[in-house]
Amino acid sequence: MKEMTYGKAICEAIAYEMRRDKSVFVLGEDVSIGVFGVTKDLFKEFGPSRVMDTPITETAIIGAAVGAAATGVRPIAEIMFMDFIAVAMDEIVNQAAKMRYMFGGKITLPLVIRCAAGAGIQAAGQHSQSLEAWFTHIPGLKVVYPSTPEDAIGLYLSAIRDDNPVIVVENKSLYAVKGKVEDEFKPIPLGRAEVKREGDDVTIFATGACVSKAMMAANELEKENINCEIIDPRTLFPFDKETLFKSIEKTNKVILVTEENKRGAFSAEVAALIAEEAFDYLDAPIVRIGAINTPVPFSKVLEEYYLPSVEDIKKAVKSIM
Amino acid sequence: MKISTEKLISIYEKMFRIRAFEEKVGELFAKGKLAGFVHCYVGEEAVAVGVCQNLDDKDYITSTHRGHGHLIAKGGITKYMMAELYGKSTGYCKGKGGSMHIADASKGILGANGIVGAGFPIATGAGLSFKYQKTDQVAVCFFGDGASNRGTFHESLNLASIWDLPVVYVCENNMYGEFTPQSRHQKINNISDRAASYGITGVSVDGNDIFAVYEAASLAIDKARKGGGPTLLECKTYRYRGHFEGDPQEYRTKEEIEDWRRKDPIIKLKKHLLENKICDETKINKLEENINKEILEAVEFAEESPNPKPEEALENVYTDIIEEARK
Repeated sequence: MKEMTYGKAICEAIAYEMRRDKSVFVLGEDVSIGVFGVTKDLFKEFGPSRVMDTPITETAIIGAAVGAAATGVRPIAEIMFMDFIAVAMDEIVNQAAKMRYMFGGKITLPLVIRCAAGAGIQAAGQHSQSLEAWFTHIPGLKVVYPSTPEDAIGLYLSAIRDDNPVIVVENKSLYAVKGKVEDEFKPIPLGRAEVKREGDDVTIFATGACVSKAMMAANELEKENINCEIIDPRTLFPFDKETLFKSIEKTNKVILVTEENKRGAFSAEVAALIAEEAFDYLDAPIVRIGAINTPVPFSKVLEEYYLPSVEDIKKAVKSIM
Repeated sequence: MKISTEKLISIYEKMFRIRAFEEKVGELFAKGKLAGFVHCYVGEEAVAVGVCQNLDDKDYITSTHRGHGHLIAKGGITKYMMAELYGKSTGYCKGKGGSMHIADASKGILGANGIVGAGFPIATGAGLSFKYQKTDQVAVCFFGDGASNRGTFHESLNLASIWDLPVVYVCENNMYGEFTPQSRHQKINNISDRAASYGITGVSVDGNDIFAVYEAASLAIDKARKGGGPTLLECKTYRYRGHFEGDPQEYRTKEEIEDWRRKDPIIKLKKHLLENKICDETKINKLEENINKEILEAVEFAEESPNPKPEEALENVYTDIIEEARK
């Protein structure tokens, strides 16, 4: 075991795949340095032929990655801030996601799109959003969201080896967070959730940076004799319903926490799945916690109010106990 | 530029095949046998064939919503195309794409595309892939005058130019972006002028002159293949049929269409073949007869082919996951 930051883990995982497969390369804006420094060491090791700085050109970055993936290579395209993905929506939604289907299954698109999501660093309305629900809605895409350095490694290994377009959501507030990682890198199959904390009283389902918030809330609630179980799906599609439903079967209560604007969030889809398929397990209403339904504000005070907090989670748990 | 007799006959054959296929498609659509949106290529045949005749199977193209001609020019087989237009399971895309998404990746065809201007970055990415893999393949992006106003045009030509990617961007300027004439959708006459802003070569040719298209494409493709980077090649041409089948065409006159018919690329080539004794009338008649028969057989094949099973709709979304059926 060794300790590593989330950002470094992403870099190490990509480097690991680039060493074993020459068809893997990285392209994006300023990736030789990186706004968050994630790909800097990749550039040092692999140079400009495999870590390509592009102009500021999101449409061409994703579109070119689609064309490259269709013709024999495995590009990893970086969208510096997830917000900028709006510029390349046609390339993702109408091209990458649908090409295989529209061509009758006769093409594969081994393509990874990395993007830095999430608020908490006062980056305001166009550099802070969590837009994962846009992509879980679209058939043809896989969506991955690691919450720890160890998961980032295993999920990246699988995402890069996958023959389908995979969007990896990275939470920028986690880049500097350290965690233990195994010495030997192993892929984590996409579509396998993890029980991050065991407990009998209530299930807290959380993604990305909300996993550690849920953990903090659970640790505090334990002092009040409330034992929370925390489920991190790790992959939003394919989605591991079984692990979640098994937990709810045990606790009979569930809180869903994500950093998205609550309206139309991925957590709403999960709530609907529970209501449709696991209703009999429930002894209390499903509670969803998300960001408030506004753009992400700049001021520290406003941004803190915007984001779901540890207190929000504790309050929600207590409301159904 | 000298084109061999054999090649010229093959060019004529492909151009005639496109014309015969498209006219049959128009007829079938009018009879209500075909559904959806169908955009025919009649009149523009010299562009697809003049360009693709310079490509190998290993080279790639991206096509447009008006894609049947590109497919045939790149080696697409008419019976699988027709079956796709009928939505049958034997079609190129098993009935999941239809006219606007018809594709054959095994022949280097990255698909027709329902989004105008979507082919630019995809072809650029294919070029990036070839350069990265150090192959001598070339990607050709077909697009129309309307698409040249999209942001994808700018982002792609810029990227291809700074990285010297082996991509040839072929504009089929048919004078209309859907219903809007070129003069009302852009200030320039020659779309190739835009090449200057990327520091690449821009050329405009008569797109109804197969020799002009072939020669310009040959130079551009050869340059790209040898690492010389992208070219913007504009071919000025015209579509005789509407933007889509059923288009009432209120935006142009019958006289305008007749004027262009007098410059028909197929008639022009046929005249050249006969006058220069490259081919005699009997041989041409036989060739045309065979193609007409092929198209009739394609229709028969499509009509007799089975529909897909409804639940096949769930397949081919991913390589490894089958979507859940409605409960």
